[in-house]
Amino acid sequence: MSLTTFFTIKEDVLIIRLSGELDHHEATILREAWQNKLREGTVKHVILNLEEVSFMDSSGIGVLLGRYKEIMQLGGELVVCAVNPSIERIFNMSGMFKIIRLEPNEENALLSLGVAS
Amino acid sequence: MKNDMTLRFLSVSKNEAFARATVGAFISQLDPTMDELTEIKTVVSEAVTNAIIHGYHNEPDHYITVTCAIEDSGAIELIISDEGMGIENIKQAQEPLYTSKPHLERSGMGFTIMESFMDGLAIKSTINEGTTVTMKKQLTTANSVCH
Repeated sequence: MSLTTFFTIKEDVLIIRLSGELDHHEATILREAWQNKLREGTVKHVILNLEEVSFMDSSGIGVLLGRYKEIMQLGGELVVCAVNPSIERIFNMSGMFKIIRLEPNEENALLSLGVAS
Repeated sequence: MKNDMTLRFLSVSKNEAFARATVGAFISQLDPTMDELTEIKTVVSEAVTNAIIHGYHNEPDHYITVTCAIEDSGAIELIISDEGMGIENIKQAQEPLYTSKPHLERSGMGFTIMESFMDGLAIKSTINEGTTVTMKKQLTTANSVCH
């Protein structure tokens, strides 16, 4: 099972919906697509929706931390939403929630960034 | 009863999914819980990714071997080995968040996850000869419970 990525833009927020498995192979592909979207310069914040992600290992953490730094440089915020318990465990282990905000769903994530859904 | 299988495949990153799915299918005969299955698939993914990125520097023309042995009691032993560059300092490699390749956006959590998800982890490595990671886990005896 590979990873499918859907990009949507709402005001200055890039919403990324992932579906499938996020490992090292898929993280490399995601990184490039995500960076290209950020370089277009139309967005400030990013919401990463992991609702349909069935598997993620530490390579997912790596790609998130990499983009977190880039988004911070843009003066924006990275919000992660709809994380399943096994992914949440890996997030907790690596201390991700100390720097990246987690919201239960996309609607809450949008509201937290001041965008009405 | 004991059962085991061995996979040998090229160090191509697409094979990370192949390796964890295959090990997952093999251990399914022990009737693991969903959490246990995810844990096993995650550690296989971590160890195979390490072999590809660190053992073989992302070169796709080397071999990785994964052996999985199981017992009816629910005991699982996983051995993931490469014939790559080896780990200079195993203790340092095991430190949470340590990575020798930060430019590749590695989180440095691979060995920490393997240690945390499994009951035992042993790393043997020789420079320029390769690395072998052995992991053990005892599943909860879910298959002795009535269904």
